[in-house]
Amino acid sequence: MNFVAPALTPATPEIVLLALACVVLIVDVMQKTGSRMLTYTLTQITLLLTLVSVIMTRADKTILTFSDTYIQDQMGFYLKVFILIITMIAMVYSRDYLRQRKMERGEYYLLSLFATLGMLIMVSAYSLLNIYLGLELLSLSLYAMVAFDRNSSRSSEAAMKYFVLGAIASGMLLYGMSILYGVTGTLNINEINALLQQGGDISKAQVFALVFIVVALAFKLGAVPFHMWVPDVYDGAPTSVTLFIGAAPKLAAFAMVMRLLVSGMGVLHEHWQGMLIILAVLSIGIGNIVAIAQTSIKRMLAYSTISHVGFIILGVLAGTRDGFAASMFYTIIYAFMSLGAFGVILLLSREGFEADEISDFAGLGRTHPWIAVILMILLLSMAGVPPTAGFYAKLVVLKAVIGVELTWLAIYAVILSVIGAYYYLRVMRVMFFDAADENADHSLATSTDAKVILSVNGLLMLVAGILPGPLLAWCISSM
Amino acid sequence: MADWPLLSMLVWLPIVGGVALLFMGNASHQAIRMTALVISVAMLLLSLPLWTQFDSQTAAMQFVELMPWISSLNANYHLGVDGISMPLILLTTFITVLVVGAAWEVIKEKPAQYMAAFLILEGIMIGTFAALDAILFYIFFEAMLVPMFIIIGIWGGPNRVYATIKFFLYTFFGSVFMLISLIYLYTQTGGFDIATYHDAPLTYRAQFWIFLSFLIAFGVKVPMWPVHTWLPDAHVEAPTGGSVILAAIMLKIGGYGFLRFALPITPDAAAALDWLVILMSLVAVVYIGFVALVQKDMKKLIAYSSISHMGFVTLGFFLMWSIMENTGSLSGVRMGLEGGMVQMISHGFISGAMFLCVGVMYDRMHSRMIADYGGVVNSMPIFAAFMVFFSMSNAGLPGTSGFVGEFMVILASFKANFWFAFLAATTLIVGAAYTLWMVKRVLFGEVANDNVAALTDINRREFIILGSLALAVLALGLYPAPLLEVMHASIDNLVNHITQSKLPG
Repeated sequence: MNFVAPALTPATPEIVLLALACVVLIVDVMQKTGSRMLTYTLTQITLLLTLVSVIMTRADKTILTFSDTYIQDQMGFYLKVFILIITMIAMVYSRDYLRQRKMERGEYYLLSLFATLGMLIMVSAYSLLNIYLGLELLSLSLYAMVAFDRNSSRSSEAAMKYFVLGAIASGMLLYGMSILYGVTGTLNINEINALLQQGGDISKAQVFALVFIVVALAFKLGAVPFHMWVPDVYDGAPTSVTLFIGAAPKLAAFAMVMRLLVSGMGVLHEHWQGMLIILAVLSIGIGNIVAIAQTSIKRMLAYSTISHVGFIILGVLAGTRDGFAASMFYTIIYAFMSLGAFGVILLLSREGFEADEISDFAGLGRTHPWIAVILMILLLSMAGVPPTAGFYAKLVVLKAVIGVELTWLAIYAVILSVIGAYYYLRVMRVMFFDAADENADHSLATSTDAKVILSVNGLLMLVAGILPGPLLAWCISSM
Repeated sequence: MADWPLLSMLVWLPIVGGVALLFMGNASHQAIRMTALVISVAMLLLSLPLWTQFDSQTAAMQFVELMPWISSLNANYHLGVDGISMPLILLTTFITVLVVGAAWEVIKEKPAQYMAAFLILEGIMIGTFAALDAILFYIFFEAMLVPMFIIIGIWGGPNRVYATIKFFLYTFFGSVFMLISLIYLYTQTGGFDIATYHDAPLTYRAQFWIFLSFLIAFGVKVPMWPVHTWLPDAHVEAPTGGSVILAAIMLKIGGYGFLRFALPITPDAAAALDWLVILMSLVAVVYIGFVALVQKDMKKLIAYSSISHMGFVTLGFFLMWSIMENTGSLSGVRMGLEGGMVQMISHGFISGAMFLCVGVMYDRMHSRMIADYGGVVNSMPIFAAFMVFFSMSNAGLPGTSGFVGEFMVILASFKANFWFAFLAATTLIVGAAYTLWMVKRVLFGEVANDNVAALTDINRREFIILGSLALAVLALGLYPAPLLEVMHASIDNLVNHITQSKLPG
C-alpha cells in the first residue's frame, strides 16, 4: 500500500492562518492587560498574509486534494479574497467600539481569526465532514463573540438563543448528512453527485436527506421560517459582532449552499427548487414587511438581511450558471452593504451612546453631512435604486429568475422590494429632513482610518454601481 | 466641435459640476450661485449644436456614442438623439437655467446643495432622453428620483416628508414592472439595445403584459388618471424650482417613454388596448379639469391643470388606430403624435411659467392660497401682465403655444371619433374657466389686504426669467414650423413602425 502525501498547496491559506493565529494567541497571552494594539496589528497582518497566500496559490484549474475532500477553484478563490478583505475591514470598524467599551481583549481578535478560518474551510470543503467541521468552527467562535459583552444580559440572552438554535440547525445538518451517507455510502461530494446521477429513480430517502439539509442551510442563512434568531442576535450582540456576523459568514454560507445543493445534489434540483421557492417567497415577504415596523436600526437591518437572503436564494433556485453567478454577486455586494451600514452605526456610537435607534440618526445630514451621504448611498444600494451596486445585484438575480420562466417570482420580488424601499427611505428621511436634537453631543470618537475606510466602502457601492462589469465577470467566471 | 462627445458632455458636465458644488458648501452664496449659473448657461449653449447641426431629413439616431459598458450583460453605453428626444433635451437645458435663476435670492438654506441637486438632476434627465440602451435608460429613469426626493424633502413645504415619500414610492412602484419587462426582452433578444427591441417579434401575450408594465411605469410618470394622486402633493410641497422641473420636464419623460418604448416595442398590444389609454386620457382632460376648478391652492390648481393638459399628450399618442379604423388612412395620425409632442414642449414652458409666477408671489407673501390674494395688479402691474399672458396660453389662447398642441390633437381626434373631439374640446371651456377664474380672484378686484397693497413688482431678474418664457410661448405659438420640421422624419418613421405588426408570423 502506497502512501502518497497530499498536495498541501490548495490549503496554504488555511495553514498560514492557523499557524499565525496560534502565534497571535501566544503573543497576546504574553502581553500585560491594557491596550491590545499589538494583538490588533498582528491580527491584521495575519489576515493580510492569508490574503497574500490566497492570491499566490491561485490556480487556473480546479484542484482536489486530501483524497478529494478539499477543493480549490475559481469560486473559492474569489470568495476567500472577499471574506478576508471584509474581515479586515470589520476589524478596523470594531477597534474603537471595543476600546470605548473596555471590551478590547485579545480573545475577540482570536475568535474572529478562528471564525475566519472556519469560513475558509467551509469555502473549500468538498466532503460532508469537512463542511461540517468548517461550519462548527465558525459557529462556535460566533457564539462566543455574541456573548462577548458579558455584563450585558441582552448580549448573553442573544448568545444563548443563537447557540441553542444554531445547535439544532447543526443537528439537522448532521442528520441529513448521515441519511445521505446511508443512501450513497460516501461523504465525498463528487462521489455523492455521481451516485445520485446513476441512481435513476430518486428514492424517498434521498429527498428525506435533502429536506434536512435544506432546513439546516435555511437556519444558517436566516431564511424564513427559520429566521427567528436573526433579529434577536443582530439586536442583542455588541454592534461590532453584529457587523461581523452580518458580512463575511454570508459568503461562507453561500459556498456551503453551492457545495451541498449544487455540486453534491444538483440532480435533485427540481426537488430543492420548490423548497427554495417557498423559503425565498417567505423571506422576501416577511423580511420586508416586518422591517417597516422596527424602531431599532439593528433590528431593521436584521429583517432587511432576511429579505436579502431571500434574493440570494432566488438566484440559487434558478439552477442555472447565470443564477449561481447572480447569487454570488448579490452575496458579495450584500456583504459590503451590510458592512458599511453597521460600520456607520459603529462610527456614530460612543461610550454610553449606541446609535442603534433610527431616531438617533435625526439631523445627521446637518451634523455630519459626509457620513449621512455615505449612509444614504448604502441604503439606496440596499433598496436597489440605481446607480448603486445593489441595483445590479437585484437585476442579475431577476434576470436569472426570468431566464428560467419564473416571471411571477420576479414580479413578486420587485413588488416587495418597493415595499422594502419604504423603510430605507424612512431612515434617509430621519437623517435629512428631521432636525437634530440640539442638546445632544454630536461629536465623533472614531479614528481616522475607520472614517477613511468607511468612505471608501460607501463610495465603492456607487463605483460598482456605475461600473459593475469586472465583479460580475468574476462571478460568472467562478461558475 | 462635431467630433466631440456632445451628449456625454451634456450628461456629465452638470453631474460633475453638481458634485463639485457640494464640496463648495461653505463658499459665499454669490460664488455658489454664479458657479451654478455659469454651468447651466454653458449647458444651454452646449445643447444648441444639437439643434443647429441636427439633420431633420433622417429618422436615424444622431450624435451617437457607443461604448461597451457591462460586457457580461451585453449592456452598452449608448447615447443618441432623434427628432423626438432632441427638443426635450433643449427644453431641459433651457428650463434649468431659469430654475437656477429663480432660486437666486430665494434659497437661503444650503444653496450649494440646492443648486447641486438641480444640476445633477439636469444631467440625469438629459441622460434619460439620450439613452439608447435599456439598462442605461432605466438607471437614469430611477436615479432621477433621488435628487427630487431630496429637493422636495429638504426645501419643501410643511407636509414635505409625506409628499416626497409618496412621490418616490409611487414612481418607484411604477417603474419596477418596466424593469421586469426589460429583462424579459433581454431574454428574448440577448441584449439591452432599444432599437433591437423595436424590431424583435413578440407574441401577443408577451406584448400585452409588456405594454401594461410600460403603461404603469410611464402612466405614473405622466401622470395619468387614476395614478396621478402623487402629483398634486408633490407640487404643493416642492419648492418653486422643484415644481418647475417636475411639471416642465419630469412629466415629459412619461410621454417620451410611450413614444420610445410602449408604442414601438408593443404595437399590437397598444393597438388592442388603445381604448384604455384614450379613456384614461379623456377622464384626465375632463374630470381633472373640473377638479382643478375647485382648488383653493394655486399650486394645486396648476398641478391638476398639468394632469389635464398631459391628458392631451397621451390622447394624441394613442389616437392612431381609431383614425385608421375610421378614415382608413394615415393622414391624421401624424398630426395626433406631433400634436402630443408640441403639447409636451408647450406645457413645459407654460407650466414652468405658471409655477414661477406662483413662486414670485409666494416669495413675497408666503402663501399659495387664492383667498389670501386679490387685486395684485394694483401693486404688481408688470407681473400681472405676465401672469395674465401665461394664464391665457394655459387656457389655449390662439397665438400662444398652448393653442397649437391642443388644436392639433383635437383636429386629430375629430378624424378618430366625434365624441373624443367633443370631450377633448371641453377643456377649452373648463381650462379657461379654472385658469381665468383664478386670475380674476388673484390679480383683479379690490386689494384684499395690506400685505397685497405692500407688494413690490418683479425685479429685473424675475423679469428676464418670465420674459424669456413669454418669448418662447409666443414663438412656438406663432411659428411652430421649426419644431414640427425637426420631428417629421422621426414621427413618420415611428408611425410606419407602429403600423406593422410584430406578431411572429
